[in-house]
Amino acid sequence: MKNKFIIAIYVDNKSGVLSRVTAMFTRRGFNIDTLTVGETESPEYSRITISLTAEDADKDQVVSQLGKLYNVKKVVVLSNEDCIKRELLLIKLANNDEIRPGIIETCNIFRSKIIDFSEDAISIEVTGDSQKIDAFIDNVKKFGIIEMCRTGITALDRGSANIWSEHSEQA
Amino acid sequence: MKLNGAMVLTETLKEQGVDTVFGYPGATVIDIYDALMREGSEIKHVLTADEQGAVHAADGYARATGKVGVAIATSGPGATNLVTGIATAFLDSIPLVAITGNVRSSLIGRDAFQEIDITGITIPITKHNFFVDNIEDLADTVRTAFEIAQSGRPGPVLIDIPQDIQQEECEFETKEPLALQEINKAPDEDIEKAASMIREAKRPYIYFGGGALRADMGAEIKKLADKIGAYMGCSMMGLSLIPTDEPRFLGMQGMHGHFASSVALAKSDLLIAIGVRFSDRATGNTDRFALNPRKIHIDCDRTEIGKNVTVDLGVQCDIKDFIVRLTEKAEEQSLPEWDERIASLIAREKDAYDDKDFLPRAAIEFIADNVSDETRLVTDVGQHQMWAAQFYKFKNKRTWISSGGLGTMGFGMGAAMGASFGSKKPSVLITGDGSFGMNLNELATAVTYNVPLIVVIFRNNVLGMVRQWQTLFYDKRYSGTELDRKTDFVALASAFGAKGYKADNIDEFKSAFLDALKADGPCVIDLAIDEDAMVLPMLRPGGTFDNLVTWKEAEENEE
Repeated sequence: MKNKFIIAIYVDNKSGVLSRVTAMFTRRGFNIDTLTVGETESPEYSRITISLTAEDADKDQVVSQLGKLYNVKKVVVLSNEDCIKRELLLIKLANNDEIRPGIIETCNIFRSKIIDFSEDAISIEVTGDSQKIDAFIDNVKKFGIIEMCRTGITALDRGSANIWSEHSEQA
Repeated sequence: MKLNGAMVLTETLKEQGVDTVFGYPGATVIDIYDALMREGSEIKHVLTADEQGAVHAADGYARATGKVGVAIATSGPGATNLVTGIATAFLDSIPLVAITGNVRSSLIGRDAFQEIDITGITIPITKHNFFVDNIEDLADTVRTAFEIAQSGRPGPVLIDIPQDIQQEECEFETKEPLALQEINKAPDEDIEKAASMIREAKRPYIYFGGGALRADMGAEIKKLADKIGAYMGCSMMGLSLIPTDEPRFLGMQGMHGHFASSVALAKSDLLIAIGVRFSDRATGNTDRFALNPRKIHIDCDRTEIGKNVTVDLGVQCDIKDFIVRLTEKAEEQSLPEWDERIASLIAREKDAYDDKDFLPRAAIEFIADNVSDETRLVTDVGQHQMWAAQFYKFKNKRTWISSGGLGTMGFGMGAAMGASFGSKKPSVLITGDGSFGMNLNELATAVTYNVPLIVVIFRNNVLGMVRQWQTLFYDKRYSGTELDRKTDFVALASAFGAKGYKADNIDEFKSAFLDALKADGPCVIDLAIDEDAMVLPMLRPGGTFDNLVTWKEAEENEE
């Protein structure tokens, strides 16, 4: 059975490393749902967070294949219960007198922020887990989405654990 | 001392103990070639006919010696000509360092003359690759490349060096080669578990591959087999680790493996797999592969455990250490019923497949009986390769050199030369007229360097392996497999400066081969083979070992 899961990868902060990581997914036929990459607490390393949907057996392959890449320093699977995860959505909706109150009300309910406003468009920032983002999009569809983009999931372990801590699935 | 980048490269190659490199010059490696010339005789450079020959030669050198093979090529087409050879080494886990020049840093990304992104191209077929953009990093990059190529599961590494980096100068200090990464030892509980599985087994079968050859553990495997009453078989990559005449060794298993070996694996109740990756050519349909036995799988590469076949006990570890400790722990057992069953399988194999007059077999056995034990037997890819794997009698490890995973036709000429340079011993290349046609230009190189090499072309005027499939599964529609060529291989050999022989039967072959053994320099023997000769037994595509294509079926097909 296929499951969704999140992998955090610590890599050398060097050019070309991202393409080595994604090349492994292409080469082995695994599909990435979302991918985020950015700086970490240490300038030598970047952190890549990948979410994907795959069979359990494939999950082990993904983790150990990533672990073989020279620039990869650590790979862990973040368990759904023991991690905090967030995604950012920027979304631009149509704006007019008739729909504006509805948009603002939806924004309040979802505790999201209007960050740009013009006569014919409203841009909103929403953060939360993926389900919340999905729900927000569902609720504002009716107002007319002009454009949107999602960052994909980024995630950390709960508590004082970090990527170097012992995880049940790691490489 | 201050050195330019090219000399930093040659100095670091010397640190690594590199004595021979294979390559082909070009605009962006002029400086490296200049440094090689200044080196004088310390690093021998072998100039091949093209870069593919060079990289296969580096690969053959590595397979014959266990050391790292080194190939050098210029940017652009020089670099892309390496690709097939790098992939060949990658699929067979061969330690290789490929060095390419590239255009000056200031021209990178501008589609300059002969510029290509070779690091991008080779990401999926190297363990790792490097683009050197700073002269200060060059020496350590080369050192790290050699460490990566050899550590754990070996493989190819590519270093791409722009021309200006080769010319810039920096301080250089000689260093010791980096220590290879240690492979972790298995925990006691896994050894214990394996020992208890052995205790419960009545029909144990040990299946080893290239990983076991790399770990040089033939004696250790044999000791375990003797102690626990197991029989042994191997993948194509494991050939030559255990001598062919070892009584408990049943030979190669798999698609064209020995009947007894393949069937014994299927009928066993415990499979101990050592340094193998359960390739589809070894397993057939994995859903129905070896359903009988419980399975232990040990490999130094964690990704191989459970990748293709689900196992009962999978351990990523130092495999030699595992087998040594397991042999100590395991109880001595004798399994007369299993012995009897194996004896009857061997008898059936003898009965069904023991045609000593079969020309490919007679020729291969004659070669085996007449060369020194140290001679490297090299092959290309196709029917001749499988016949060689089936019928050659191996006495020493690393005497079998063949492209397994990638199945690279055209591998043989370069690899055979590289094997000779590495082993300082003669090589025999068994090839087909198809494979030989792919890289026969390297005959020129063999002549230039007077390589002790006998090329035996099994000429059947067809692409026999594909044609065999067409005979058995495509209703004899021989699309694209009939070589309507008029090549005179004797004249061709002499045009290149080698000695040529023509043999139409086994007696002519024998006298040609004996004469070639005495020759000083490369020889080519054109041996005529029946176009309908088949490699048998044969696992059907997606089939299982209960249902092999046998001689009988093949003969019926002929009628």
